[in-house]
Amino acid sequence: MSNDRLAVLKTYKLFIGGSFPRTESGRTLPVVDLKGELLAHLCHGSRKDLRNSVVAARKAQKSWAARAAYNRGQILYRMAEMLEGKRSEFIDAIAATCDGGVRRATKEVDAAIDCLVNFAGWADKYSQVVGCNNPVAGAFYNFTSPEPMGVVGVIAPNEQPLLGLVAMLAPVIVSGNTAVVLGSEQHPLATSIFAEVCATSDVPGGVINLLTSKRNELLEHFASHRDFNGVAAAGCSTKQRTVLELGAADNLKRVRLSTLKKKDWYDVKLTHSPYRIERFVEMKTVWHPIGS
Amino acid sequence: MSPRPKTKSKPQLDFGNAWEYSPAPESTPIEIASKYKLFINGKFVAAKSRQSFDSINPATDEVLAKVSQANAADVDDAVNAARKALPAWKKLPARERAKYLFRIARRLQERAREFSILETMDGGKPIKESRDFDIPEAAKHFFYYAGWADKLEYASPGQVGKAVGVCGQIIPWNFPLLMAAWKIAPALACGNTVVLKPAETTSLTALRLAEIFQEVGLPDGVVNIITGDGRTGAALAEHKGINKLAFTGSTAVGKQLAKVTAGTGKKLSLELGGKSANIIFADASIDQAVEGIISAIYFNQGHVCCAGSRLFVQESVYEEVLEKLEIRLRSLRIGDPLDKNTDIGAVNSPEQLKTINAYIAQAKKEGAKCHQLKRKLPSKGNWCVPTWFSGVQPAHAIAREEVFGPVLAVMSFRTPEEAIQRANNSAYGLAAGVWTDKGGKILEIASKLEAGVVWCNTYNQFDAASPFGGYKESGFGREGGRQGLLEYLDFGGAR
Repeated sequence: MSNDRLAVLKTYKLFIGGSFPRTESGRTLPVVDLKGELLAHLCHGSRKDLRNSVVAARKAQKSWAARAAYNRGQILYRMAEMLEGKRSEFIDAIAATCDGGVRRATKEVDAAIDCLVNFAGWADKYSQVVGCNNPVAGAFYNFTSPEPMGVVGVIAPNEQPLLGLVAMLAPVIVSGNTAVVLGSEQHPLATSIFAEVCATSDVPGGVINLLTSKRNELLEHFASHRDFNGVAAAGCSTKQRTVLELGAADNLKRVRLSTLKKKDWYDVKLTHSPYRIERFVEMKTVWHPIGS
Repeated sequence: MSPRPKTKSKPQLDFGNAWEYSPAPESTPIEIASKYKLFINGKFVAAKSRQSFDSINPATDEVLAKVSQANAADVDDAVNAARKALPAWKKLPARERAKYLFRIARRLQERAREFSILETMDGGKPIKESRDFDIPEAAKHFFYYAGWADKLEYASPGQVGKAVGVCGQIIPWNFPLLMAAWKIAPALACGNTVVLKPAETTSLTALRLAEIFQEVGLPDGVVNIITGDGRTGAALAEHKGINKLAFTGSTAVGKQLAKVTAGTGKKLSLELGGKSANIIFADASIDQAVEGIISAIYFNQGHVCCAGSRLFVQESVYEEVLEKLEIRLRSLRIGDPLDKNTDIGAVNSPEQLKTINAYIAQAKKEGAKCHQLKRKLPSKGNWCVPTWFSGVQPAHAIAREEVFGPVLAVMSFRTPEEAIQRANNSAYGLAAGVWTDKGGKILEIASKLEAGVVWCNTYNQFDAASPFGGYKESGFGREGGRQGLLEYLDFGGAR
């Protein structure tokens, strides 16, 4: 590349309800590489953006859950395909902004793609693993099956900005939940690029909403917003955990804290499990008499 | 809006007083001590508080016994005993843990009559319910989870769960022994130890269960039972020595406990209130549905968290259903809970009766029409006749708030979509009932109702193998079945 061409510096936007709005707050955050050079800007999302995201997620939830599990699986697989297509863009972005260089970035991006493929496959199987028929003592047919919680807030870990986000998001949406995601605060670029994956892979608008912002600014709003059915968070300090659980007590939204350590995100026994999905469903038990 | 009632009813059989039942009391004598101590570390010990309160028979106002009021120091002793017992209990081969639970189940079955009578005297529920439901189900719960103890690796294949630790458990007064079984059995099966606090008005069967623990040789400290009011419960919830808190009771208290445990790392499960919808479609078998209404709202005097307290009847059968309901209600017998023919027993406490009466008064004030059985009630005790309201609007308190008594709000609807929308229009999500003879409709409605338990063409069925628990503000976690185990296992980062 010749030196006299000025690069086009991008300002990444938020991803809400299937479109790319700028933050209503008008604030931006600079993204710098490890050498301190400016790479891009991205939106500094606000409480209002969070609220708009919840509205979009709620609107999309029923029809997302009503799709066939096979269909949701195909859409997750399509996300993996699009992620694979953007593989080098993600590796570049992550290697430029996170420690560990291209090698670590490559490992992370590949693990994220594999994670999506894994959960695409779980879509029409997990309920066979976590649901059951119950042999009750009486003339009743009785079964328990998982149903999506509804709208789930996802607060992704700081490290492994793409893998952490994908590993938390996939088990949430695969069952029919919709999500409002706050990406890594320290390394937000992967979140912004991931929005472009979502936008181009048949995910209905509102199913995945992606925010970039400061964790401590939005945390209490994730906790207290009454239209969340659940909140998942990784890498919380005791103080952050307390904020989340205190706010959640108000409408009894489910709080699911991930205690995975840095290296655990690569342990597929932990992250590729149907029990990750089971954390974000409600179990419904249905009874019907047997006999005429 | 409800359709106008028909002015002329069909002819009905009227037997006058010719079919009155003779008294049929359960008269087996049982022993009740005059004073009960706390059960800590395998022994009955006097409360350090030196305080006690009366446990009263709500059907007669008689004092049955004095029960100890545990204070913070007593709670501390109980938690320490549970903590001390934990390592050995956890390490015990699982099949041995199972055998203790099997023994408890057996002894409960063998002493079932005594427990049934005590439960009815202490809580006011009809003897036929404690005899045929509460006590046998409690025994079944121990039997069911006994079998899980040495099969935990199959509860969540591919993962290894460990015991959570010391479990604080706080239970309500509506199904005293059964709730104790729901809490204790899965906890012990998973290798946890327990501090259980029964409800203030109904401590006696839990204390008698402690006698069974002694009989079967359950190691000291594995289960500790501390009695007292809300202060005792608060001290237990706040205690730093517990790893898990399990609570069944009101949503208001559940939210407080969620705040108390916030940030502490304590695992929490809550089984809270409800305002469950019972939906009757025109194509239902109406006679069966009417039976279903009765069991949904008048079982256990309506002191049931999953009571079908909102009845939705499709407009075209509204009159027919209500007419049949009224006729059916006339045959309910209310009175002496120890009488084997009694259908409706005593309200658990004067405080609860006051709450119920306040809701009835408010519903009248808000403009709903009150229908009550006319019955002569015993001169002593706490009584509420089966009550239902027509002309109920969705905004009325009676349609939104949990009454926890024999009070039904009746509303009508036109389309399945409307029924679903109105049923789900509640902060609660514990249970629901659906009545129709159309299979496809059943499955569709059941899948769209936001409730943890959906009874189709039946209501208020329970089983140890069947998970129970709510959506939304009815709490979280399940009790019963495989899912009930998960609340008492720690999977580390894997979940």
